[in-house]
Amino acid sequence: MGTVWLTVAQLGALIIALALAYRPLGDYMAHTYTTTKNWKVERGLYKVIGVDPDSDQTWQRYLRSVLIFSVIGVVFLYGIQRLQEFLPYALGLPPVEQSLSFNTAISFVTNTNWQSYSPEVTLGYSVQLIGLTVQNFVSAAIGIAVAIALVRGFARKHSTTLGNFWVDLTRGVVRILLPLAFVTAIVLIVGGVIQNFNGFQAITTITGGTQTLPGGPVASQEAIKMLGTNGGGFFNANSAHPFEDPTAWVSLFQIFLMLVIPFSLPRTFGRMVGDNRQGYAIVGAMATIWVASSALMVAAQSSLSGTATAAAGGAMEGIETRFGTVLSSLFASSTTLTSTGAVNGMHDSFTGLGGGLAMVNMMLGEVAPGGTGSGLYGILVIAIIAVFVAGLMVGRTPEYLGKKIGTREIKLASLYILATPALVLIGTSLSFAIPAVRDSVVGTSMANTGLHGFSEVLYAFTSAANNNGSAFAGLTANTPWFNTALGAVMLLGRYIPMVLVLALAGSLAAQGKVPATAGTLPTHRVQFVVLTIGTLLLVSALTYFPVLALGPLAEGLK
Amino acid sequence: MSTRNATLRQVWVGLRLFAIMTLGLGIVYPLAITAIGQLAAPGQANGSLISEGGSVVGSSLIGQSFTDANGVALPQWFQSRPSAAGDGYDGSASSGSNLGPNSDKLLQQITDRKAAIAASDGVDPASIPPDALTASGSGLDADISPEYAREQVARVAAARNLSEAEVSKLVESFVAGRDAGFIGDPTVNVLQLNLALAALSAGP
Repeated sequence: MGTVWLTVAQLGALIIALALAYRPLGDYMAHTYTTTKNWKVERGLYKVIGVDPDSDQTWQRYLRSVLIFSVIGVVFLYGIQRLQEFLPYALGLPPVEQSLSFNTAISFVTNTNWQSYSPEVTLGYSVQLIGLTVQNFVSAAIGIAVAIALVRGFARKHSTTLGNFWVDLTRGVVRILLPLAFVTAIVLIVGGVIQNFNGFQAITTITGGTQTLPGGPVASQEAIKMLGTNGGGFFNANSAHPFEDPTAWVSLFQIFLMLVIPFSLPRTFGRMVGDNRQGYAIVGAMATIWVASSALMVAAQSSLSGTATAAAGGAMEGIETRFGTVLSSLFASSTTLTSTGAVNGMHDSFTGLGGGLAMVNMMLGEVAPGGTGSGLYGILVIAIIAVFVAGLMVGRTPEYLGKKIGTREIKLASLYILATPALVLIGTSLSFAIPAVRDSVVGTSMANTGLHGFSEVLYAFTSAANNNGSAFAGLTANTPWFNTALGAVMLLGRYIPMVLVLALAGSLAAQGKVPATAGTLPTHRVQFVVLTIGTLLLVSALTYFPVLALGPLAEGLK
Repeated sequence: MSTRNATLRQVWVGLRLFAIMTLGLGIVYPLAITAIGQLAAPGQANGSLISEGGSVVGSSLIGQSFTDANGVALPQWFQSRPSAAGDGYDGSASSGSNLGPNSDKLLQQITDRKAAIAASDGVDPASIPPDALTASGSGLDADISPEYAREQVARVAAARNLSEAEVSKLVESFVAGRDAGFIGDPTVNVLQLNLALAALSAGP
């Protein structure tokens, strides 16, 4: 079977599965966040934590709750890593070093799941479970909650409130993520993903050698790692590891898992603003970019560009036999277009243009379809910019869904699209501009030299600022510079956009609704889909082209 | 003052919710999944282990080295791919090489491997498939491509005094197609093939 046919078949299977999930899951999520009825277990929980589920919060208070819960998460996760040796199932591992604990705590709370460490030799089962698995759930639920708050901003009129964060967080976990993860984990076990507390097991091979086989509660973590677009692997090799991702069909299923919530959220959006066509327009923009990027990735990975690749006769370095070129390419595109960052092949060994494309995917701001929640609020900000640009062209006050896009809205949206690139570019520049840091980066961290080494550093900051978490993993990131700088970048890359989005939501909710007139730009047609995609590409390309030319473009076209 | 009190109240709410989430998602959920996995699919949940004569000899999902103590390939066994996990197929150190597409180091490795395989298997260097020359992402790849398995038939047959036809037939019986006919790539599981090979002949 040829590469083209394989790509069409595998991509087609994903599209069909996602299309089937779009309406039921999107509608269910809309119901989850709009119903006034609470489940019995939720009522009990609200009583214990002292929250009135009917009391709505202003955007400032909603934001404060988000930040408070996140700080608690960081402090707790830092603490249990430092105290690892006193926890059960530590597997004899020592406490995690300070800067690494700092980096890892932020990494999982911000839904990034960047891993400066090798899990097998760093984390025991206790930290993996009560630390990482928990954050995999709640960080995803927080992303969805913020997106829902923005959607309520569009849906409400003359309102000072956006909903209750504690209720949104609880419902996201209890009604959406936990049931889905539960079923998924069982499917994964049947597919061969391990779930035990066996620790490391030494065996004698048939040639008389010894081999150490790892154990661990992997499936329960793997399920939410993919569903919540987290991406932090139980093992160093992430989804390339046979115990995380044992067969080709499981890998395709994992791609589906990371896409299903982000691709269904536009339905939730359409439903909540009372016009399903708006959801179709947004998902149309997302899907177009996703399909195009996936096809380009397969093309880049099927080429023999690169001296080593050509010598081997195929880009199989860092690729598992059972997955092959096509499935690994599809996985790479989806993991970088969402905020997942899991890998089933090593991006560092991808062809120059393939690795570059992974970076471009993240640089688009992860909106096609993006992370759980963050993808939806990201593309809605782009849609606001698109409406504004269109308004400038025809000389009318821009409106989106009956809301006037005025000075305040555009300021917030502009800051949003500037924040992440600034973090990427400043972080990368400082890595080479500060003499002492440069020595550490070039001397210790970079595994490859020259252009490809530069790409490793650029990739790291792109991944951290966009909360992706994938890496050109040759980079030794467990140094004081990278642990600290990437930690700070992940934190700012997560919460600056959230602050701006919630402020935007507050400002939109406070407005009334202006009726659509003949001069209103229709935002449910193909024209608007094209406009949104164009705006996204233009904004990202202009920002990142120079720095891409220094790394992956130069290497890929050499 | 009221804002401060409100904030403190929120912190208290957050702490309580965090504790409940940690209990439910970090302890109850994984333990429930473990219980179900161990009851419903214990084979998979424990790593798809393969036993031979009462002792575990490996996992059908995790690749192994078929080399002597010095890491030299043993001609009578089908060889796995090169591995960057520890000293090769170290289950406690999964990793790819992470060498880039233009890396001189990787180019050198590939050139060396190509020469070694061409010499040991007596084949044209240009005919050696890419997976034989490259390390996988996990370093624990259990599979090789059917092409690489076929390429090794003559060497293995000679080392074991078996006919090529016999070994070739065995290899073909271990070729697994794509999942559902279109997902992933065709594979041959090296450990399972070698176990069947050992059953066929005790070796030299």
